[in-house]
Amino acid sequence: MSIETISLSGRKKVVSNKEMTFLERMYLIAIVKGLAITIKHFFRKKATIQYPEQVRVMSPVYRGQHMLKRDEQGRENCTACGLCALSCPAEAITMKAGERKADEKHLYREEKYAEIYEINMLRCIFCGLCEEACPKDAIYLTISKELVPASYNREDFIFGKDKLVMPLEMALKNTQLNNAN
Amino acid sequence: MDSTFVIEKGVFIVVIFALTMLMAMYSTWAERKVAAFLQDRVGPNRAGWGGLLQPLADGGKLFAKEEFFPNTPNRFLFVVGPAIAMSTALMTSAVIPWGDKLHLFGRDILLQATDVNIAVLYVFGVVSLGVYGIMIGGWASNNKFSLMGAIRAASQMVSYEVAMGLSIIALTMMTGTLSLKEISIQQSEWHWNVLYQPLTFLIFLICSFAELNRTPFDLAECESELIGGYHTEYSSMKMGFYLFAEYANMFISSTIMAVLFFGGYNYPGMSWAVENLGVNIANVIGMAALFIKICGFIFFIMWIRWTIPRFRYDQLMHLGWRILIPLAIVNIMITGVVILRSEIAVYLGF
Ligand code: SF4
Ligand code: SF4
Repeated sequence: MSIETISLSGRKKVVSNKEMTFLERMYLIAIVKGLAITIKHFFRKKATIQYPEQVRVMSPVYRGQHMLKRDEQGRENCTACGLCALSCPAEAITMKAGERKADEKHLYREEKYAEIYEINMLRCIFCGLCEEACPKDAIYLTISKELVPASYNREDFIFGKDKLVMPLEMALKNTQLNNAN
Repeated sequence: MDSTFVIEKGVFIVVIFALTMLMAMYSTWAERKVAAFLQDRVGPNRAGWGGLLQPLADGGKLFAKEEFFPNTPNRFLFVVGPAIAMSTALMTSAVIPWGDKLHLFGRDILLQATDVNIAVLYVFGVVSLGVYGIMIGGWASNNKFSLMGAIRAASQMVSYEVAMGLSIIALTMMTGTLSLKEISIQQSEWHWNVLYQPLTFLIFLICSFAELNRTPFDLAECESELIGGYHTEYSSMKMGFYLFAEYANMFISSTIMAVLFFGGYNYPGMSWAVENLGVNIANVIGMAALFIKICGFIFFIMWIRWTIPRFRYDQLMHLGWRILIPLAIVNIMITGVVILRSEIAVYLGF
């Protein structure tokens, strides 16, 4: 077997340089064929997803907007250790730690918590390294399944805890679901 | 000339003008829809139902845009360019028979602005003036891309006009008249010219694509090479006029193809309809038939646009000068032989 006859991909085609016949050179038949192909597409089902109304199904590992998780009692997981900020290649995360008061035990799981926690969404590259670094299971990119919304001002892209922390209802609902299982 | 005649023609002209504008407007919408559908998309659908208000939104946007003047010594010509393009695009509709006649207010109303006996010639004359709009605009822009586009457009239109004119000669040899009205009447029932002269129609169709500067012959404004061709420097409504003129031209040339080759306002069973339903209803149906034919052609032009890629410039010239013109001449000869077949037979002694 010579090398010319082997086709590893099975899709090998021999290019021919043969002269076109008169009919082929008129192109009319080819044009009609082309028209047939395009008109078939005219009646095909459209691939468009009407975005704000319809949302594409996201893959389970889709990395969207971050979410700071709460535990099953609705307390924030984050302990402001700063490992996420340290691991972030884009230096998108800043935070300020605070100490939990005695009457805040139902709010924060650990004694130290993040008073301020900000992610600059314009810097973030959605690599997910913060999620990997977190020792407290606190930050996730895969839960929210949301794209970071567009905006006109740079300032609006610095997301604070108000936008990042998981809503309380969601946490309680998750707990209910877990208990039911 | 009585005053009712003037009023009648005036109303008719306004209606035709409005119709052409409306068709041009909605051709832009249709173009986007057809393009989208052929590419498995849905196209504009936010402004109004199915995006039907999109042309209005586009027009409003163009009006609101900044009026930009390039650094050119020819400011006057810069403004005149789009004006010429627009007026030539609208002038041709004057001689087109939109229907036979209506019988209203006790008088017959001809559904044609004016029935000149050299209508075909008039159409070609006006259409070839259209090249001035492009040429002047491109020249006055003081921009090399615009000039390139204008030169391409001019040479392309000039060369394809030759083949187009020759193909029409074959047609007029058969019809024996240059009046569009009479050509329409001759095609009543099923005597459509396309059935007798398919080759003429093919040549005419290809040439009208070239005259329209549409794909596959849109070298005058190929975005990838020339940015936008002759209208690179234009903005605001001057730009809008060029684009609008293009769509108006598309409407007009679809109309001319429908009238010359596809029976105009005739539809099968028209004489039956005239006898049984009355002149008015029969002619309203006739106008609708013409309209459907026109829309069919407009769709075809768009369909071609999304099927065939752009020609190279030398291929374009090759096709025009070395294929279409000889073909048109051969076509004339064949037509001549067919028309004179009995005389030739006698001459040869059969
Ligand atoms: S996803 Fe990556 S870039 Fe974004 S905040 Fe986390 S570590 Fe930084
Ligand atoms: S999110 Fe995790 S890694 Fe980041 S500060 Fe909080 S606990 Fe530490």
